[in-house]
Amino acid sequence: MARVGVFVCFCGANIADFVDVPTVVEEAKKIREVKFAVDYKYMCSDPGQQMIRDAIVQYRLTSIVVAACSPRMHEKTFRKALSDAGMNPYLLEVANIREHSSWVHQKDKKAATDKAGDLVRMAVAKSIANEQLHEISVPVTKRALVIGGGIAGIQAALDIADARIPVTLVERSPSIGGRMAQLDETFPTLDCSQCILTPKMVDVASHPFIELIPYSEVIELDGYVGNYKAKIRKKASYVNFKSCTGCGACWQKCPVKVPNEYNMGIDTRKAIYTPFPQAVPNKPVIDAKHCTMLLKGKCGICAKFCEKGAIDFKMTDEVIEREIGAVVVATGYDLWDATPYEEYGVGRYKDIINSLEFERMVSANGPTGGLPVRPSDGKVPKTVVFIKCVGSRDKAKGIEFCSKICCMYTAKHAILLHHKVHDSRAYIFYMDIRAAGKGYEEFVNRAQVETGAVYLRGRVSKIYQKGEKLMVRGEDGQLGQEVEVEADLVVLATAIIPDKENPALARLLGISYDKYGYLSEAHPKLRPVETAKAGIFLAGCTQAPKDIPETVAQASACAAKVCGLFAGDTIKKDPMVSTVNKDFCSGCQNCVKVCPYQAIVTEDIPLGHGAKEMRTVAKINEGVCQGCGSCVAICRSMAINLAGFTDPQIINEIVAI
Amino acid sequence: MEEVKDKIVSIEKPELIAPPEWKPVIVGILCNWCSYAGSDLTGTSRTQYPPNIRIIRVPCSSRVDPWFIIKALQTTADGVLISGCHPGDCHYISGNYYARRRFLVTKELLKMVGFHEHRVQFSWVSAAEGAKFAQVVKKVTEDVVKLGPLHLYKKENFSK
Repeated sequence: MARVGVFVCFCGANIADFVDVPTVVEEAKKIREVKFAVDYKYMCSDPGQQMIRDAIVQYRLTSIVVAACSPRMHEKTFRKALSDAGMNPYLLEVANIREHSSWVHQKDKKAATDKAGDLVRMAVAKSIANEQLHEISVPVTKRALVIGGGIAGIQAALDIADARIPVTLVERSPSIGGRMAQLDETFPTLDCSQCILTPKMVDVASHPFIELIPYSEVIELDGYVGNYKAKIRKKASYVNFKSCTGCGACWQKCPVKVPNEYNMGIDTRKAIYTPFPQAVPNKPVIDAKHCTMLLKGKCGICAKFCEKGAIDFKMTDEVIEREIGAVVVATGYDLWDATPYEEYGVGRYKDIINSLEFERMVSANGPTGGLPVRPSDGKVPKTVVFIKCVGSRDKAKGIEFCSKICCMYTAKHAILLHHKVHDSRAYIFYMDIRAAGKGYEEFVNRAQVETGAVYLRGRVSKIYQKGEKLMVRGEDGQLGQEVEVEADLVVLATAIIPDKENPALARLLGISYDKYGYLSEAHPKLRPVETAKAGIFLAGCTQAPKDIPETVAQASACAAKVCGLFAGDTIKKDPMVSTVNKDFCSGCQNCVKVCPYQAIVTEDIPLGHGAKEMRTVAKINEGVCQGCGSCVAICRSMAINLAGFTDPQIINEIVAI
Repeated sequence: MEEVKDKIVSIEKPELIAPPEWKPVIVGILCNWCSYAGSDLTGTSRTQYPPNIRIIRVPCSSRVDPWFIIKALQTTADGVLISGCHPGDCHYISGNYYARRRFLVTKELLKMVGFHEHRVQFSWVSAAEGAKFAQVVKKVTEDVVKLGPLHLYKKENFSK
């Protein structure tokens, strides 16, 4: 007969304030199989775990129920306590009486206590049917895939490669560098962004352990942690990178002009182009959407001027495969389109630009040679209005979160404006100044003192044209009066949003994302770089808005996680996998069809003991099985069971309520 | 077939009025990666919902055997809620599609034998939708309260 021990946690006041814990213990003691029940202030603490270990030995317990927080939180902790006491860790069940009772029924202590009692009873019933399970070892392919070649992807790739682990870095655009390559100077030190980034870019290209695949996308990911198989589509560049020397004759002669994405469309590039002069790899690609040779079969000038004959108009997309063990996702951010701000006249007035456009203008390698100009007439602006929180923190416009970096870069823009146009003045409309970071508050103070930037706390209600000027009408909340600024140029600090392809990528990788499209971490505080899927990690703004230091830190954290995963030759896998009872299997092969991982194959076994006739049964590869249980529910002869979630366990739970 | 389906009505008897001390029991079977995580988020954000649901964790909604639903209705439950990842977001690639198909068939069967369709419900709740989970539980509980205690096919009624 089963001997169950029940351990109910107070979780300080978190559970004890809303659930009568002693009553739960008394209720548990009434269950026939429960031989020991006790409560404690913090079950997860060392003395709490010691109580479990002692009770296992003293009362010869056969399974353990811990009634505490969610099993997603501390299941591992308590499993460890069990194995320390010499018990199989999978004989543990966690009753979630915090997230599922005390925290959600705070107004009704009796109902919450009753429910907690029920949850404990269910867990006890389930634990009686628990079986001893053992972790499975699977081999690991020591190669990492990094998706995205911005600063996050670059840092992660370099850190992993420095540990002598091969990395495949996939970048969608023709060059790595990402958003950081577009920036002029960075807060709070005013380091030149390019100067600190380009050496890293070159390192990536020359690192013996990094395979850089630019102008390509991941289109498929199969497998499981340690043993993924990725398909990567290399987009046709129409340029043979092996023979191209990067001389630039082709793009100098190309007659087709296209808005330049690198400069936010302020100027133009050619149909054959390298995104920017310091591009890595510094090889041009042909933009198939605009090249007249590819569209209409006319032109071909680039091919004529290429001395190496590197241009190949017949090139097609190529799909390559890589076997990898872990993935780092670093797809970065985009700027929100501010068109919904009709009162600002976004799209109607040319002299309203967004902050990245301003960044490109003040950048030394930018389209205007480092001088901010009005897009309407090319004049240098003297009065510039910066509006912060355009989109961000505005529930009405659909984005509730703070974009985090706008306060800082707007202060930087005020300083840069002052450096470039000495007799200019910046007016900054803000909601709050959020300058939490090393040297950040000082930097904002510097912007205010050094440049004489006028910080106005309030929202802008309307922008309208008056002659050449833009009239910005807003509120000065500190004076409590309406203000109107005659501006030459208006710069909007628009919200940061994740890459628009994030949801599609998340589906492809099998990870989750939130309502904005940011990819979700496994735990917001304790597992901020991991996803719910083992072996897939997140770095940079693909997870939430963050600045460069944070991005770099997170990328390095990803690298540490990958290196940790690859430290041994095998990795341990949860034993929650399906098994077939061959005696019951009728060989219908429905399970083979539903398995999303192709983990089920068939085998022929003798019909009976010593018989020559054979029959077909299902066979599950436990290394490949991920334990979803699809096959269990489809099996009509109930021959398959999923360890940890067997039919008896779940039925026991249902009946015990 | 469609016509026949429309003619099937619940044979649950509304005259069985709930005793005042009756509290409905709802069995919630949630997938580990989306809905269970979502229900945890409901807890973490202290969003309150009716205390009638008893949650069972399964790895994926495709693990839910129709047997579980029927067993629950036969024994302890007045209503059942199955919840999984949104279509396309399944942690196990395609499990929630199997779950959806299986659920629709099960529901037809249950309707045919006389259960009211609100007794068993299905929802998609992602790991980020704590507030939505509270709403779903609230709705299911309200629906079941309206229907009253489930006597149909309860085992104790057969033994008498």
